[in-house]
Amino acid sequence: MAKVEAEVGKRPEGVWGGLIKWIDDRFPMTETLEYHVTKYYAAKSFNWWYVFGVLAFVVLAIQLVTGIFLTMNYKPSADEAFASVEYIMRDVEWGWLIRYLHSTGASFFFIVVYLHMFRAMLYGSYKKPRELIWLIGMLIFFVLMAEAFAGYLLPWGQMSYWGAQVIISLFGAIPVVGDGIVEFIRGDYSISDITLNRFFALHVIALPLALIGLVFVHIVALHEVGSNNPDGIEIKEHKGPDGVPLDGIAFHPYHTSKDLVAIIIFLMIFSAVVFFAPEMGGYFLEHANFEPANLRATPEHIAPVWYFTPFYAILRAVPDKLWGFILFGLSVVLPVFLPWLDRSRVKSIRYRGWIYKSALTIFVITFLTLGWLGVQPAEGIYVLMARIFTVVYFAFFLLMPYYTKIDKTKPVPERVVYHG
Amino acid sequence: MAKFNVIARLVGVLVLLGATQSFAAGGGALEHADIEPGNTASLQRGARNFMNYCSGCHSAKYVRYSTIGEDLELSDEQLSENLMFNAEKTFETIKVSMPEAAAGRWFGVAPPDLSLIGRAKGADYIYSFLKGFYVQLESPTGVDNTVLAGTSMPHVLWELQGYKKAIFAQHTEGGVTSKQFESFETLTEGSLDEEAYDEFVRDTVNFLVYIAEPIRSERRTLGVWVLMYLIFFWIIAVMLKKQIWKDVK
Repeated sequence: MAKVEAEVGKRPEGVWGGLIKWIDDRFPMTETLEYHVTKYYAAKSFNWWYVFGVLAFVVLAIQLVTGIFLTMNYKPSADEAFASVEYIMRDVEWGWLIRYLHSTGASFFFIVVYLHMFRAMLYGSYKKPRELIWLIGMLIFFVLMAEAFAGYLLPWGQMSYWGAQVIISLFGAIPVVGDGIVEFIRGDYSISDITLNRFFALHVIALPLALIGLVFVHIVALHEVGSNNPDGIEIKEHKGPDGVPLDGIAFHPYHTSKDLVAIIIFLMIFSAVVFFAPEMGGYFLEHANFEPANLRATPEHIAPVWYFTPFYAILRAVPDKLWGFILFGLSVVLPVFLPWLDRSRVKSIRYRGWIYKSALTIFVITFLTLGWLGVQPAEGIYVLMARIFTVVYFAFFLLMPYYTKIDKTKPVPERVVYHG
Repeated sequence: MAKFNVIARLVGVLVLLGATQSFAAGGGALEHADIEPGNTASLQRGARNFMNYCSGCHSAKYVRYSTIGEDLELSDEQLSENLMFNAEKTFETIKVSMPEAAAGRWFGVAPPDLSLIGRAKGADYIYSFLKGFYVQLESPTGVDNTVLAGTSMPHVLWELQGYKKAIFAQHTEGGVTSKQFESFETLTEGSLDEEAYDEFVRDTVNFLVYIAEPIRSERRTLGVWVLMYLIFFWIIAVMLKKQIWKDVK
């Protein structure tokens, strides 16, 4: 271990070393690299749940790069948008691949981010001293939702148009100012060329900027307190004589080499979708979106893209429009308060009692079921199910201070559990 | 490995979601089209059918003749002699001569562009639609359709299929009476027998699905290479990881 590190940490000699010194005298390059990469120590006991942060970063990179190339050929105008997407799909060299990477990337961004958030719930990563990392992370999630929503309007297909129509008009449920807000968002009395133009601006400039900034802050905050681990133990409490945590290993080359394995597995699944099922049976690219937006014909079945459906199911479960909107908003925002709702003395699920384990299992089932219900028609048994699971969803968060406190925890070991 | 199982299960759910085709169906159950996307002869016949029977009213304005020529192994001469009725150059797209506004007046709605119909509706829908015309004398076109009730499209293929009568069963449930399609009865014979007509429609649908995404077969071929490369890269990455981690105790 020491040998590898010595090789990585060594400053090269000669011209190359001279250049590095020249830069280091003017900019903290080596210092920054060491702080964030080669001398950032994280627990050696990370399991595969710990790859989703890096994977989210990979997807962000895919989205940014493919997004740049799409922007080169896309036309943000109601008259030309749909045709320009088909132009990208048919006439632009490799345009089809860039477009599929981007559309598949959107869905995978949410898959990866949901799993990343679930990891935090498994191991209590949001608990003290990492509350701020969690808060920034939730902000990233909100910006990501806005980014995805704005992006979904751009192909100007039937589902783009009517999905946006439904979601934006939700704000109309707010008393007094509701209609004003709806007009303010659309910039028009209905979704139009003006709306498309501003959503394009938000999607390619404003929100990605915010996203990149927040991701940067998210990582800086993480590196300040250090990563959590599957045991929920602070590795900084046991340092060797050299000041390095005894259970920690450097991000590079240890975690990076492990992450690389995960990234390739991820890319295999990702490519399988891109090359063999880019529509994912109508979930990643909806069938109705292959018809251009038509103001006079509503699609038979309007549903948001799959990653919004758990929240959409909650919205539809409430008979009252305003309350539906309020609960919808709350369901998105509630996870923000997890660091303070969770009153357990231990972080990791490994040392929690049966109550939290059951609660988390039920929550996962609830979230998935709500997601499924969101794409079903709102009728009959589905409405009843959506109502029941909505109650369970809120109960998970609102009763958390109580059940996490009475839950019997197991003793947490001093050092992380690691079997070679 | 319990945690790995959870991931595996999530992936499983995802794959299941993807496998479930969910085209919105307008009418009753759709008949399975059973097209062969790799059958060039079928696609060539489909192109001929499309240009002869559909392109009079329907454009395919994103589709270039040259793309069709390349993918369906047709020379420029073959294209211009057999398929290009209102186009000069092979890089042109399939346009319709009928003015759109006039078409809107004549049919109630302008016949839609068919470039993407294969992806918007799916093969089974189009197949069933083209086989679903039946005589309905109250309708302005004299026909209606079992898949898309009230369609303003006339039975363009009547010469081939002949005319049919549809038998409906009445269902009364909770005071609401609904018609449910049961079977067809032949009124007049067409020039094709039933099997030949099915083949004709199948080829046409095959072509429509092809033009909806001409790159489809190429992306699948490329996908195999990409996955093979990733597997190779993965083996190296695993070896690298093992090497780097061998001292971590």
